[in-house]
Amino acid sequence: MAAAVTAAEAGAKVLVLDEQPGPGGQIYRGIEAPGGAGDTVLGVEYHHGRTLSTALRNSGAGYLPGATVWQVSPQREIGVSVDGMARIITADAVIIATGAMERPFPVPGWTLPGVMSVGAAQIALKAHGLGAPDAVFVGTGPLLYLIAHQYVRAGIAVKAVLDTTPWHRYLTAAPYLPGALLASRQLLKGLGYMRAIRQAGVPFIKGVGSISIAGNGTADAIRYEKSGHLHELAADHIFVHQGVVPNVNLTRATGCDHLWNGAQECWRVVADTWGETSLAGIFAAGDATHIGGALAAEHEGRLAALAALTHTGRLDPSVRNNRGAPIHQALAREMRLRPFLDALFRPPKVHRVPADDATIVCRCEEVTAGDIRRTAALGCPGPNQLKSFCRAGMGPCQGRLCSLTVTEMLAEANNATPGAVGDYRRRPPVKPLTVGELAALAGPD
Amino acid sequence: MFTEITAADNSTNLAFTFEGRMIEARVGMTVAAALLAAGEVATRETPISGNPRGAYCLMGVCFECLVMIDGIANQQGCMVLVRDGMNVSRQLGVAVVSP
Repeated sequence: MAAAVTAAEAGAKVLVLDEQPGPGGQIYRGIEAPGGAGDTVLGVEYHHGRTLSTALRNSGAGYLPGATVWQVSPQREIGVSVDGMARIITADAVIIATGAMERPFPVPGWTLPGVMSVGAAQIALKAHGLGAPDAVFVGTGPLLYLIAHQYVRAGIAVKAVLDTTPWHRYLTAAPYLPGALLASRQLLKGLGYMRAIRQAGVPFIKGVGSISIAGNGTADAIRYEKSGHLHELAADHIFVHQGVVPNVNLTRATGCDHLWNGAQECWRVVADTWGETSLAGIFAAGDATHIGGALAAEHEGRLAALAALTHTGRLDPSVRNNRGAPIHQALAREMRLRPFLDALFRPPKVHRVPADDATIVCRCEEVTAGDIRRTAALGCPGPNQLKSFCRAGMGPCQGRLCSLTVTEMLAEANNATPGAVGDYRRRPPVKPLTVGELAALAGPD
Repeated sequence: MFTEITAADNSTNLAFTFEGRMIEARVGMTVAAALLAAGEVATRETPISGNPRGAYCLMGVCFECLVMIDGIANQQGCMVLVRDGMNVSRQLGVAVVSP
């Protein structure tokens, strides 16, 4: 939204292609919708999204909801489908802001109906005003505490919050605390969530070890280990979370370079300080490039728009630099908390690389951890060879939910770094496209 | 089960059928959300082993919420808004391609 407003205000012809039915991405999901939970539940940070959506609507930028982009070529030809009709739109500059998605949480039973991501719980709350009483929330990371807090504020009963943050993370994160204290407002906010959750009487169990989910056809209980003992909680809905990672399917399919980000244990898009990727005229901003949160994404969107304007000859580079300087500073301030958060909430290895061979890794093709290990033992330099041997990554999600797990498992098997092992090769279309749509493709605009 | 956190008002004015069952939904609800609100968590069976699956991410990333809508398969329920009179059914196993 911020990028579109910046570019439109400079007089550029701007089109926003949004797969969702309304603006806001996932963080401000449902910001214009009448049916969601109100600001009192979701908080003042969520309300800020309305400032952005209003600016977008007033900016003169074109906004197309329900538009599924299935391709961006290096020559900036965008394949998009709206209402079952595909077209190709060519642009002088493209800003990819596909956002983040949740890290997979491969534990036994995670594929049972009723198990959902914390993001799903937030979407149900924000966009549809739906909550699941007596659910268990499990994992690590700020979003886990946020959703539990939002549930408490909405008066929805929370069965328990199971925190898998290992004790020793507090030690490893400590060196980053001085930098984090400069972002003390956000830190205090997070501590406030935890206090409110406890004060509401919600069982908040820390130091949870390995977990598994049980059920017959649908989820009905979660088992967790703590201090050497096994516990069980009955629940029909279990919300899992262990951080968010960039959704790189589109940037990958487009051909942008990526690097392994060891601090966040995921890929990041290679881009300069303005967000221009390794492909000229193609920019990336926000959580799609590296995780920084909503406010950082806004700043990156504005910077990418300024750079795109310069790239297309609409803005003098010196003006771009002058306008960009305070935005770069604001972005740097936003990112101050990141090293601390990344260190503290690094998901435990046991939930990134499943120990139990029966745990499903590739949900679409039902490939288990045991299958992956056996296939890796045959000798796979990377995920693409593994994919052709055992089909992991071949399903409709195109590796969105299994690629990180597979890369890490292969790195372990090959005694290599995830960066060296690599990622699935993604090819367009990155979202389903019917043969009929392709055949009836209208010409370039 | 998911329930509405605010009191129902007159905006619950869409209805669709799911495997013979009529389900009401508010305007602006996605099919996946409406199914969850109606207690339907298992909305497909996997092509490989017929295992039950249901919506996981609600944002178009996981493809677990695939359902058949008005005769067209492989619709991501979380990306499709409910329309009045829709006919939704589970996607069971492997697709059968008619000759």
